[in-house]
Amino acid sequence: MSVQTEGTDTAGGPAVRKGRAPAPPRGADRASRSPAARLAAAPYLLLLPALVATLVLLGWPLVKNGMLSFQNLNPRQLIQHLTEWNGFHNYQQVLTGSDFWKVVERSVLFTAANVVLIMLIGTLIGLLLARLGKKMRLTLLVGLVLAWAMPVIAATTVYQWLFAQRFGVVNWVLDKLGWHSMADYNWMGGQFSTFSVIVLLIVWQSIPFVAINLYAATTTIPKELYEAASLDGAGAWQSFTSVTLPFLRPFLYSTTFLEVIWVFKAFPQVFAMNEGGPDRLTETLPIYAYVEGVGNQHFGVGAAISFLTILVLLVITSYYLRMVLKQEEDEL
Amino acid sequence: MKRSLFGRIWPNATAVVLFVGLVFPVYWMFATAFKPTGDIITDNPVWFPKHFTLSHFDRAVHADHFWTLVANSVTVTLCSVLLSLVIALFAAFALARMRFKGRRGFIVTFMLAQMAPWEVMIIAIYMIVRDGDMLNSLVPLTVFYAMMVLPLTVLTLRGYIAAVPKELEESAMVDGCTRLQAFRKVIFPLLAPGLMATSLFGFITAWNEFPLVLILNKDIEKQTLPLWLSQFQTAFGDDWGATMAASSLFALPILILFIFLQRKAVSGLTDGAVKG
Repeated sequence: MSVQTEGTDTAGGPAVRKGRAPAPPRGADRASRSPAARLAAAPYLLLLPALVATLVLLGWPLVKNGMLSFQNLNPRQLIQHLTEWNGFHNYQQVLTGSDFWKVVERSVLFTAANVVLIMLIGTLIGLLLARLGKKMRLTLLVGLVLAWAMPVIAATTVYQWLFAQRFGVVNWVLDKLGWHSMADYNWMGGQFSTFSVIVLLIVWQSIPFVAINLYAATTTIPKELYEAASLDGAGAWQSFTSVTLPFLRPFLYSTTFLEVIWVFKAFPQVFAMNEGGPDRLTETLPIYAYVEGVGNQHFGVGAAISFLTILVLLVITSYYLRMVLKQEEDEL
Repeated sequence: MKRSLFGRIWPNATAVVLFVGLVFPVYWMFATAFKPTGDIITDNPVWFPKHFTLSHFDRAVHADHFWTLVANSVTVTLCSVLLSLVIALFAAFALARMRFKGRRGFIVTFMLAQMAPWEVMIIAIYMIVRDGDMLNSLVPLTVFYAMMVLPLTVLTLRGYIAAVPKELEESAMVDGCTRLQAFRKVIFPLLAPGLMATSLFGFITAWNEFPLVLILNKDIEKQTLPLWLSQFQTAFGDDWGATMAASSLFALPILILFIFLQRKAVSGLTDGAVKG
């Protein structure tokens, strides 16, 4: 995906071929017996620690999550270490309740709003970067990197302060702009206003990734393509739609998927902003699973919600991976 | 191509507006942290402070358990990054330099693992850690953070190892080095920048991690800075000066690291496509 790996591929390709020709013994001894067996096992041995870690620390929690979702696990069972299987009861409870579907709808809308804004603004900034002079580009890049580097929880705290009811700078500005009813507005008091702040925070944090990478991608577009387009009489808009856009399309697709995955499972921003409040109205799926499972101590039900969320994410992720693998087939 | 005056001005004007919008939250955090309380609690915001004070930092640093939490965060972050680097180095070498059956499958596994929804797995992890009697301990945090960054570490290190020309390694082996020696003496020194960029990502992830420590460690002595910071405002009421000072202290290491390693970090992060 990046310039760097592509560069090494073209540089490394011929070198490898050159290096291989004068050294046939390496290929030959692989076929012979005892050192060959050791050689054949070597890659697997080197991979072993990483694979064991993945299996134990990632695979086991996933399996455990599945198992928990079929258990009746409330404070009593938790304290007495009881395992009570209850079949699909948790799923039945979750899927037939109205709460869950409301949260699903909310999560989808929340994700859609964020991703549309991120991709739109991020792409526009990326294209702007390509058009700017050197000095201004560097300035804007510094701004992007600062926003990108800001730790999530620190950023969340800063946004709470920016949008504070009293002495918050946003309310002051809105008041001065003539919107006097906003002078003492409590942003955390309503569902829509809380979501607005969270969306603004996430969009602010996510734009740099899209903008910087998109800009990097535009620098790899061969200049000849534009020259050819202008020789054919294409205007600025036409050369954009016929050269820039097709070139960036794979990048835009895969980035959109990535952002969907990231936003859908966003936890700290949503939770730290207002703990899913007011009245649990800003709980997205991950927060809902946490509040039901841990907050209300219905661990089995929480695990069922988690499992459903993981399933949704798995489907999106596999689509994303299929796309990326298709793009980078030769790199593997 | 000549552009009209308007065509030359609007991109720059837009860039300035965007720059201000992007930087303002960061600026406001630091500005508030250094302003005297009178300039914070005021009906007319002081955009460019003229008086500076360190009293908010003093308050944040002397908050209960602050230094314990700093020690916890640093320990957990460094240990998990180191652990994942060591494990990843072996795996990355195999994936970058050796041809074997299932290699592609392993790479896809790590790509998949990299997208693991940790935020939604916390209940299961809580049960596992509780059954192991390890709640309120730094060990599970370290181990799980190492796992969170492991897949990306493997994938990016693979790129860096593959970028070291194979001839270098082979000529070292022709000169009588074993494969291990060739790795240690030739590849490893060339990997230093790659290792730094890769560990930057791990550092950011572990330093920022929030959901897992939220559920695992209820004992304040065993928590980390993100959790403390998220509760700071509640604990200190509306003392925004101290809250912003605490945020600044928490953000500063990452901001410095990020700016220093920006270029490498950006190319490294895009390889595995993960946001900081």
